[in-house]
Amino acid sequence: MAGVDKSPGSGLPGLSFREQDEPVAGSSEAELRLPTVRECPFDPPAEYHRLRDEDPVARLAFPDGSHGWLLSRYEDVRSVLADPRISSARGFTSSPIRELPPEALELRRIRPGQFIGMDPPEHTRYRRMLTGQFTVRRMNALVPRVERIVADHLDAMRGMARPVDLVKAFALPVPSLVICELLGVPYADRELFQRRSRALLNMTTDGPTLVRLRDEMDDYMLSLVRAKQRQPADDLLSGLIGREDEQGRLSDEELINIGNLLLVAGHETTANMLALGTLALLAHPAQLAALRADPTLVDQAVEELLRYLTIVQFGLVRTAKEDLGIGGRSVHADAPIVASLAAANRDPRQFPDPDVLDLGRRYSPHLAFGHGVHQCLGQQLARVEMKAGFRALFERFPTLRLAVPLDEVPMRDDMFIYGVHELPVTWDGDAR
Amino acid sequence: MKVFVDVARCRGAGLCALTAPEVFDQDEEEGTVVVLDPEPPATLHQKVVDAAGLCPNSVIRLEDA
Repeated sequence: MAGVDKSPGSGLPGLSFREQDEPVAGSSEAELRLPTVRECPFDPPAEYHRLRDEDPVARLAFPDGSHGWLLSRYEDVRSVLADPRISSARGFTSSPIRELPPEALELRRIRPGQFIGMDPPEHTRYRRMLTGQFTVRRMNALVPRVERIVADHLDAMRGMARPVDLVKAFALPVPSLVICELLGVPYADRELFQRRSRALLNMTTDGPTLVRLRDEMDDYMLSLVRAKQRQPADDLLSGLIGREDEQGRLSDEELINIGNLLLVAGHETTANMLALGTLALLAHPAQLAALRADPTLVDQAVEELLRYLTIVQFGLVRTAKEDLGIGGRSVHADAPIVASLAAANRDPRQFPDPDVLDLGRRYSPHLAFGHGVHQCLGQQLARVEMKAGFRALFERFPTLRLAVPLDEVPMRDDMFIYGVHELPVTWDGDAR
Repeated sequence: MKVFVDVARCRGAGLCALTAPEVFDQDEEEGTVVVLDPEPPATLHQKVVDAAGLCPNSVIRLEDA
């Protein structure tokens, strides 16, 4: 059968490979796969323009052969993420990006403490143990320390031979050090956990490697938990170890999974916002000039960069617990649903001129941190880091610019968290 | 304007305390919403409306006084 086009509507009646029990509207169309190819480094795939207008609740084919739905409008994404009939607990069952090889299927299992893959009430217990540690007040109390860390890294960067990779010199180490201090992870171990996180978030990493990395991270975090059980310190991990609620204390396995979740989520995300946000501002000089002229714009600037860049680039996967309707279409129980945060954040029905980076937007109910009970636990920490980071970077490096053409910056198209792999920058000899 | 919150549904994202700190705070232990001023002055109404709109769990309900 070599040469036979497997796509439906290929002109070969009876050779459709679509499962018979999966009726699809407009069956003459090719099957929709998750759009992943960007035409512009700052914009989501252009396909989302069409989907939002013509097919906002789109039938989506998954790499493992199953079918589900792709949501691209703000209103649908927002309501699904807050809907108790939609589950996060089976979110790992089917990936719209890659089919896990058999030897890595165990990675789909939600493990104790992995609350991002749980529904209430299991989710609620873990979240309750942690939210008090990430309040606005507590994060604001960290500002002087974060500013110090930012300043130290910019001091060091000033003395480096140009061009400098801003990711390595600034964007990655700052949030890494902050989360290390908060959790109680030795910063000396950063090479280890940064390398593991990078491989884990790379969609081309093979199954056996994923399993090995997971085991390494478990061993590492267990040894850290053991050390803090012997000798507690004033950090979040020690606090979790000592914490007791109606259900008792957290098990070692729970502590390992929570610790690793916070460690990975705590540095990769902010690091990419800092680097990609810097690139976006350098590529929009009028916006950057406005920010420089009025540093109080930084709060709005951070929200706008979060909206405009939406680094959780492939969206969030959920599952319908029961048959329900979304945007006028019938979604069956157990169907996987991909909610595209990036497409929602560019929906003109919600944001005027959504494809324009405009730091002047005053109120921006963007979905970059998600929505509903799972909305990012560390978002207030991320805001503190970004505000301190962008403010100091552009103040102290007034002539900061790209050292290569924009189209030569290596983008993280291959990573679950979008951003830049490297950001070569330079400046005139006048850094402060 | 009167401000009501459903603390049981709150998950402590903190957007209210970030947006209208004069009106909302968070519990130190659990991070859940605390209303500092249930009848805020008119100068704060826009901020309170924004905070209610941002809440990821629709915890905040507003009534005209």
